[in-house]
Amino acid sequence: MDQVLELSYALDTFYFLIMGAFVMWMAAGFAMLEAGLVRTKNTTEILLKNVALFAVACTMYMIVGYNIMYPGDGVSEFWPGISFFLGGDNAAADVIAGGDDAPYYSNMSDFFFQVVFVATAMSIVSGAVAERMKLWSFLFFAVVMTGFIYPMQGYWKWGGGFLDAAGFSDFAGSGVVHLCGATAALAGVILLGARKGKYTAGGEVVPIPGANLPLATLGTFILWLGWFGFNGGSQLVVSNVSDANAVAMVFVNTNASAAGGVIAAMITAKLLFGKVDITMALNGALAGLVSITAEPLTPTPGIATLIGMVGGVLVVFAIVGMDKIKVDDPVGAISVHGVVGMWGLLAVPLTNTDANFGAQLYGLVVIFAWTFIVSMIVWLILKLVMGIRVTEEEEYEGMDLAECGMEAYPEFISAK
Amino acid sequence: MKLITAIIKPFKLDDVREALSEIGVQGITVTEVKGFGRQKGHTELYRGAEYVVDFLPKVKLEVAVAADMADKVIESIRNSANTGKIGDGKIFVSPVEDVIRIRTGETGAEAL
Repeated sequence: MDQVLELSYALDTFYFLIMGAFVMWMAAGFAMLEAGLVRTKNTTEILLKNVALFAVACTMYMIVGYNIMYPGDGVSEFWPGISFFLGGDNAAADVIAGGDDAPYYSNMSDFFFQVVFVATAMSIVSGAVAERMKLWSFLFFAVVMTGFIYPMQGYWKWGGGFLDAAGFSDFAGSGVVHLCGATAALAGVILLGARKGKYTAGGEVVPIPGANLPLATLGTFILWLGWFGFNGGSQLVVSNVSDANAVAMVFVNTNASAAGGVIAAMITAKLLFGKVDITMALNGALAGLVSITAEPLTPTPGIATLIGMVGGVLVVFAIVGMDKIKVDDPVGAISVHGVVGMWGLLAVPLTNTDANFGAQLYGLVVIFAWTFIVSMIVWLILKLVMGIRVTEEEEYEGMDLAECGMEAYPEFISAK
Repeated sequence: MKLITAIIKPFKLDDVREALSEIGVQGITVTEVKGFGRQKGHTELYRGAEYVVDFLPKVKLEVAVAADMADKVIESIRNSANTGKIGDGKIFVSPVEDVIRIRTGETGAEAL
């Protein structure tokens, strides 16, 4: 029996670690997606932002973020308290002792699984502010976002705070991760302004096509794969029949929703634009994934597909709508993760009888308000202290040369 | 000596290259370019925003030849690059002051 318990612990720990590794791979997905949708002259910078934000997120979360989000026993349901660095891990004896309080996975594996989530939330911001934000302003924001803003609202739901107590339901983070990231991005974009030349004085929207659609597509598929870890791992346990079946269902629904999102986005784009815009199809896949993330377990695969389809339709209209209100988002991050994140939250009660619209709306509003207000304050401080936007000349020259001193696709470089 | 510059449709490059080899042309330079003449562009949508595709991909071919070869080269290019449809391109002829072979320093007709 002892061995079974130890094996179960080992399996669930292993599961966390592997699922965490899948989610880490989503960082590559974001990097490729964003690199594909910006212009060549801004590619190096966005790649650097993606690598750097991942590193900053992992470090800040280890230093303080994780403990804010999962203090064990918070000071109150609103305030978790602050402590630094990670604690120790479980002893075999505690595992074997059994009972309700016996640990069933390694504490470190829990940290590992959570740290890749905060990196995901942060990377949502990088796409929306692409092509005109100062690199270091972005990274300083990342420090605050991953060390404080994200962990606080994460505590309120997953850490056992007041949102959890209110019955707010968010399985893998349509709200806690995606809406949070998108809201921080929205605050940034509003303060940052649109790329030069994106909107004409006459009210027209000027397209700024992405430079590398193969990379954008690769990025989308990588995100799709990584999402199995994102949603699958959020079941938290795999070592018994019931949970194993649940994990399988989550994988199937996650996949079905993405598929639905692609189909719906393609049809919507065809009807609106006459031809299928591949960037919309890619955003459609992601919209499907975000839609199901709040509740990938209780729907049937058919319903999951429909949930994804709604996301796919929404995202196309949201992207066009954002341009209409002059919110310039080069990759559609705010639409995919914000607008559809909200849909994901509100879709939960459709199949989960433990949830209700009131609680979902409550959680949605709290996450949005908290993230927007605090992010806006941080962006404002950064703007006053160091500026958040590059000069017009630098924007014209390209971020790669201006901020990184290095072109992504160099030509005519003379070697000595 | 003449410099013959031809703007042709990209998929015609192989045909033109073969035709020129057959009449004894020994070297050409090609560049990928974009352009338009009387062949009009069209509009497309990127994420819902309209843009005009004015510039169409073409290939620019440059070949330097002796003056007495010029007519043959022009005829050869015209025949091999022709599809009969709008957008086939144009050929320009300009005089060349001098040609120098970098490796040996030969000039003039010997350098061609």
